[in-house]
Amino acid sequence: MSDAAVATSAGGQPTVSKISEAVIRIAGNSQDGIQAIGGFLARLAGRSEQEVMTFMTIPSTISGGPSIFQVRIGSGEVLSAGDEADMLLAFYDHSYLAHLNSLKKGGIVIYDSDHLKPEAIPAENLAKYRHIGVPISSLTVEAIGGSGRDKGKNVYALGLLARMFDLNVEKLHRLLQERFTGKDPKIAETALNAFNAGYHYTLATATELFQFQPGENVGLSQVVMSGNEALAYGLIAAGVRFGAGYPITPWSDIMELLRRELPKYGGQFQQCEDEIASVSMAIGASWGGRVAVTGSSGPGIALKTEAIGWAVMAEMPLVVVDVQRGGPSTGMPTNIEQSDLNIAVFGGHGDCPRVVIAPASVEDCFYSAIEAVNIARKYSTPVILLTDQGIATRIEAFKEPDLRRVVQDISPDYSAVTEHKPYDLSAPDGITRHIAPGTRVASGKYPVVTGLEHDELGHPTGSPKVHLQMTAKRRNKLKKLATELPAPVVYGPPEGQVLLVSWGSAQGPVQEAVKAARAAGKAVSGLHIKYISPVPNDLDKIFEAFNHVLVVELNDEGLNGVGQFGGLLRARYADKKIRGITKSDGLTWKIREILDRIAAMTA
Amino acid sequence: MSEMAFPFAVLPRGANTNATPVAPLTEADRKPLTKKEVSADHPTWCPGCGDFSVLALYFKLIEKRRMFHEKITTVAGIGCSSRFPYFVQAHGAHFIHGRALPFASGVALSRPDLHVFVFGGDGDAFSIGGNHFTHTARKNVKLTYVVMDNNVYGLTKSQTSPTSPIGFKSKTDVWGAKDRPVNPIKQAICAGATFVARTTSTNPNHVLAMMEQAMDHDGFAFIQVLSECTEFYAGAFDNANPRKGGTFAEVPKEHDVTDEYASYRLAEDLSPGKFGVFYKVQRPTKNANEWQIIADHQAKTVGLEPWQILKKNFDRMK
Repeated sequence: MSDAAVATSAGGQPTVSKISEAVIRIAGNSQDGIQAIGGFLARLAGRSEQEVMTFMTIPSTISGGPSIFQVRIGSGEVLSAGDEADMLLAFYDHSYLAHLNSLKKGGIVIYDSDHLKPEAIPAENLAKYRHIGVPISSLTVEAIGGSGRDKGKNVYALGLLARMFDLNVEKLHRLLQERFTGKDPKIAETALNAFNAGYHYTLATATELFQFQPGENVGLSQVVMSGNEALAYGLIAAGVRFGAGYPITPWSDIMELLRRELPKYGGQFQQCEDEIASVSMAIGASWGGRVAVTGSSGPGIALKTEAIGWAVMAEMPLVVVDVQRGGPSTGMPTNIEQSDLNIAVFGGHGDCPRVVIAPASVEDCFYSAIEAVNIARKYSTPVILLTDQGIATRIEAFKEPDLRRVVQDISPDYSAVTEHKPYDLSAPDGITRHIAPGTRVASGKYPVVTGLEHDELGHPTGSPKVHLQMTAKRRNKLKKLATELPAPVVYGPPEGQVLLVSWGSAQGPVQEAVKAARAAGKAVSGLHIKYISPVPNDLDKIFEAFNHVLVVELNDEGLNGVGQFGGLLRARYADKKIRGITKSDGLTWKIREILDRIAAMTA
Repeated sequence: MSEMAFPFAVLPRGANTNATPVAPLTEADRKPLTKKEVSADHPTWCPGCGDFSVLALYFKLIEKRRMFHEKITTVAGIGCSSRFPYFVQAHGAHFIHGRALPFASGVALSRPDLHVFVFGGDGDAFSIGGNHFTHTARKNVKLTYVVMDNNVYGLTKSQTSPTSPIGFKSKTDVWGAKDRPVNPIKQAICAGATFVARTTSTNPNHVLAMMEQAMDHDGFAFIQVLSECTEFYAGAFDNANPRKGGTFAEVPKEHDVTDEYASYRLAEDLSPGKFGVFYKVQRPTKNANEWQIIADHQAKTVGLEPWQILKKNFDRMK
């Protein structure tokens, strides 16, 4: 709410301030329905042509434990979830204590005075932040009756916020009704009662209200969803009709969605006995003629690596989704980290080149899924889609894709061929493709797909010459892909003191950091790299124009001191000015953190 | 953020092979494949290996059942016997150790037009791939699984296998194996396999009969084939070979193959044990269940293009 233009107050009426954006943090326990309020706010923003980005944490325990949802709504471009909150909505004293420091000075805290007694608030806090105590729990019970314990207080709180930020009540009513459609009509009625009670409460007590300036996306039809949803729908749009997986956080939503949706398209998703079975089953289906998907998060990817190596050797198209979380081992299952880059790019034994693509945003998840499928088919290779817990769970609004145009038909073709060599060494750039079983070959010579080093028909060979040729074939086809990758574009001037390199979900925070640094007169630019393996060619030509190349990534600097992607770029370009801005606290980047690190590293 | 450009356009249908298509080939005048037409590489097995017999009978099955090249789908994991796909002139896949079943399930579930044969050994089936054996049987995926059991790890030159009998001397149990061996028939019945049979490579007619019945079974069909490793466990199955003084005793005619407990009891002693079909029941296959789910869902989206189905979802997310 930085650029608030305060309107004059008339009589005892609250003042109304015009704002361009707001960061609202809602803190409570995991069973309080906090994600639901956040989801309503995000969806409303999308419908109101605002930009929106959310950030949430949920405990890895099944029920109970603290949980937050942060939503940033803006009339202009929103690139990160926001460093500091303008408003904190705290359901308990522990939520108040844990999250007060996320609130900016002078920010507003609404707290449930049934749980946090006003007299327990230290005077220094009262001086620093504006406090509004509302007996949320008891007023909710009063509004909807019954002893539904704490149920409904999330919707009551939504009412409070709706009044506070002058949100479109009519649209919120519709969202509530849609959400509870099909259930007992009394439930929808109860929800509306709770919402209305909250809405009218604030009206009586608030001294300052806020109003968003109109959004810039006027006339755009926006869809609002999480990164996991966007990725799953992207796979469907791409024509994927078979998948296999095993439950693991935060990947599971993708398999649940595909299991539910694929049958409508004639497809299926199999939950397997383990991670190895799921990658194997997906590879089998790919051989059946249509590229299939498997996925997981860190520990599951480790289990799948042997089979991914087979897909590289056998040159089988396959899409593998890795929703990264904190590692190593079981690590921090519900926290963000970008520490699977090495296993994605290098995991497995032998010389094993494969494609790795890292989507940067929720929208990018949708389109990257389609791209992954097309690359897998064109180059007959496994493609790893490297997302992370942050993108997977956060909700964004983006322009509705032109589905009629982007939805693909990749149904297999089993028509007979004259002859076929699955590993034809004379194929241009080493790019060959398979025929599926069921395809008749007139020559009577049929292919075998295999993980043994093989000749052109797929039969085993120990020939040193053939091993060299086939290794080169598997490498060269991806070098060809590198020449076809779109060149990354520098964000900001193409020369200067510092180039911040980002990959994956670091894109938004890095672009905000670039904006902030330039506003402060610093010669900082950004470069986002989406294709991690192979990386696009000629990055060194971009690096040349900067004194420092700082790779911003959420992983540890490691034994070599540069982070995982930084290490990859160093190995490629042997350039000492490539260094890392890394952290692994399990949280998304704050803009301030990046700016401080730039200052320290370039002093 | 603006809509993404697509650097990689979708390959058109038909562009997914690097081979030239031909004019439609006629089906009518096709003759059953001969052994010559259906055999590929010369097997890498040692002289006298029982696996030769299984391969020869697979060829015979193909000929007898008039299967043609393109519909023969042969999948294997790793091991001596798992080299099988290289020796068959047909679509084949040689996958990783222990994972032939989930790979084959991916093919079987997505390609109802194919019958998938999986070949492997006792290590592949009951040791590294034990979990997959259990779950593929439980889910009743429609495919034929032939395990050539030689009671020893042969490819890696004589280590104890999950079916090695107690006392068997291998390089990893020089003083004789101590661990209780897996009983493949009991294992299969317990796991929920719907067709469980046992045969031995020294009785070709019986092997062929079991393969035919397995192929005709609508569900997960498992055959244990005793297949001697002449190099590392010579004479392992002599007691089941009348030519070596053993007895080949068939499953009694009066045995009720649908009686799970009777079948289990019949498998109590497998040295030399009985031969034939131990257990056979009908239960809905995974394949049928999945295609029913698909049919039910597609009934609700009749006449809609895929993009229109997706549009309905997106409209709800506005």
